Amino acid sequence: MKNLTSKSGSGINRRTFLGYAAGVSAMSALPVRYSHAAGELNILVWCDHADALLLKPFEEAHGVKVNVKSYEGTGTALSIIEQSSPGDWDVLVVDAPDTRVFAEQGILEPLDDANFPIGDLFEPLTSAAFNSIGGVRYAVPEKFGYYGVAYNKDKVDAADMRTAEVMWNEQYKGRVAVYDYYFPAMQLIAISMGIAPDNISMDHLPAIREKLLAMKPNVKLVGDIVSVQNALVNGDVDIVLNGAEFTVSNLMPSMPALDWTIFDEGGLMWIQGISVFKDSNRKELASHFLNHILSPQGQGTLATSECYWAMPANSLAVLSDDQRKILRWDEQAAFFERSVPSTISQPDIDAAMLDIWTEFLQS
Amino acid sequence: MSDLKGRNKKLKYFEFTRWATQPALIFTLIFFVTPLAIMVVISFWQRVYGKLVASWSGANYIKFFGTDYLLESLTNSIEVTLATTAISILLAYPLAYILAYRISPKWQKVILIFAVLPFWTAYVVRSYSWLLVISENGIINFVLTHLGIIDQPLQMAYTRGATILGFVHFFTMLLTLTIYANLVQIKPSYWKAAEDLGASKLQVFLRITLPLSIPGVAVGAFITFVIAIGDYITPQILGGSTEVLVPQAIMLQVSRAANFPMASVMSITLMLVIVVVYAITAKHLKMNRV
Repeated sequence: MKNLTSKSGSGINRRTFLGYAAGVSAMSALPVRYSHAAGELNILVWCDHADALLLKPFEEAHGVKVNVKSYEGTGTALSIIEQSSPGDWDVLVVDAPDTRVFAEQGILEPLDDANFPIGDLFEPLTSAAFNSIGGVRYAVPEKFGYYGVAYNKDKVDAADMRTAEVMWNEQYKGRVAVYDYYFPAMQLIAISMGIAPDNISMDHLPAIREKLLAMKPNVKLVGDIVSVQNALVNGDVDIVLNGAEFTVSNLMPSMPALDWTIFDEGGLMWIQGISVFKDSNRKELASHFLNHILSPQGQGTLATSECYWAMPANSLAVLSDDQRKILRWDEQAAFFERSVPSTISQPDIDAAMLDIWTEFLQS
Repeated sequence: MSDLKGRNKKLKYFEFTRWATQPALIFTLIFFVTPLAIMVVISFWQRVYGKLVASWSGANYIKFFGTDYLLESLTNSIEVTLATTAISILLAYPLAYILAYRISPKWQKVILIFAVLPFWTAYVVRSYSWLLVISENGIINFVLTHLGIIDQPLQMAYTRGATILGFVHFFTMLLTLTIYANLVQIKPSYWKAAEDLGASKLQVFLRITLPLSIPGVAVGAFITFVIAIGDYITPQILGGSTEVLVPQAIMLQVSRAANFPMASVMSITLMLVIVVVYAITAKHLKMNRV
């Protein structure tokens, strides 16, 4: 299996794109204090951690109340933390490659592998370079997925979906939606051209731009998750590029015609990690919470949350056969083999990529 | 003596109004003037290697006005907003006219409630609702296909037309209200005088009703222009990002690159467009009713 590595940088990562807007709003708002009564755990997480099904067993087992603050985008999380007082927050969930941003600010507590079921987690996740900063672990991978393609298999040839060439396949002209995140979209194009995302340089951008613009005639819309899901469900499009399990898995039980996959040329992974705040006054409880989330039962519930589905990090996660089928559990080994994580680019490349994306939208 | 009392009264009134306006002035100073000044300053800054660098460079302005696809966002915004305003006026005026002069006061109230209904619905919900109507498998295509009028579904969603449709739905009602409010203020004695002088109904409309209702049209049109040109949600959902308007370009810069200098340039440009439109309509916006 490939060793998953990551470049560091100050660019913007998965989920950050929509989140910065909310972050700006949050920054402009008056500071908010989050109550922290005895017997409470305050968690700053993504929406998939808000399910009662996930939290209730922990609350009952420990006799505490878990207060959930859901956010979208690393920028938003940073803004919320800046407005909070030390000790307000106990647990953080963030894009694993973004852990460095928080760790370098001294926000996160170093974690000891011995306290967590690291051995049960899928190896490519735990071996990823971004898991530790300076040899210290600050986050444990808890859930992951891919940027690839989601589609309606009643309307398209599933075999066509397994190749990146589908992005330019004239057969699907006007039948394609693109999940609106420039970074992985262009990384997917780079992969189709044989360029590893980590190796994208300024010299590669003209060729990537050309391929991106060439894709536009096939594209009917570019939108956020809700928009592309809506278009797929309404039948306005048959394919969602730059989407995958996080786009359609939660719809698949009721709409079996929907499906997703990654390209044979290579997949692009996203990984979310869970951490403990350094200033938490309930580190032991927070640590228990991490173990609850990382437990086989917790992982099964997290993987199939109401907000979005994705693969659990724990290989022992409790999932039904149907759920495993939807998440393509049996194909994960092959997916790992040809996937790399979507990592942060250098700021100048990132800015140039956004310019190209804007041109693409306008073309 | 009475002069003195009167002057004291005036002084007290002046003192009261002076103090009464202070909170609003301070609020405006803190939350509008100051951020605006900061935005102007930041527009000259640069984002270099992920960091904001303070400078007095016009590079962001040069890039915005010198890059085709960025400048196009401005022309797109102006075109969409002008089309929205024009269509909304054309639809709203007859509606307001009928409402003001052809409907009994009892029914006017009922219809006015229907007119404000769109304002009760959340913006996002309203936009997604339109998708259900105009999408490929939406109501319109369903009806037209089943009536045998079309073979292939019409492509309405995720187009500029869809964005304008979403805007017009909302702003027609807004304009109806402003025009209606203006029309009902016109004194019937003006028409009688004109008719007594031999004016036809068309002449009465063209030379009395229409000119006197222009302030209502101008107010509604200005509000429509200002709100529509700054709207992000409708073009995002109904337009499907198949073209970029200025608010979307601003969001791209802010939410994805944290490039506040470039976003500031775009925001200031948008604001200048609104100032120009205000200057054009100011005469009518300030016009006092006779």
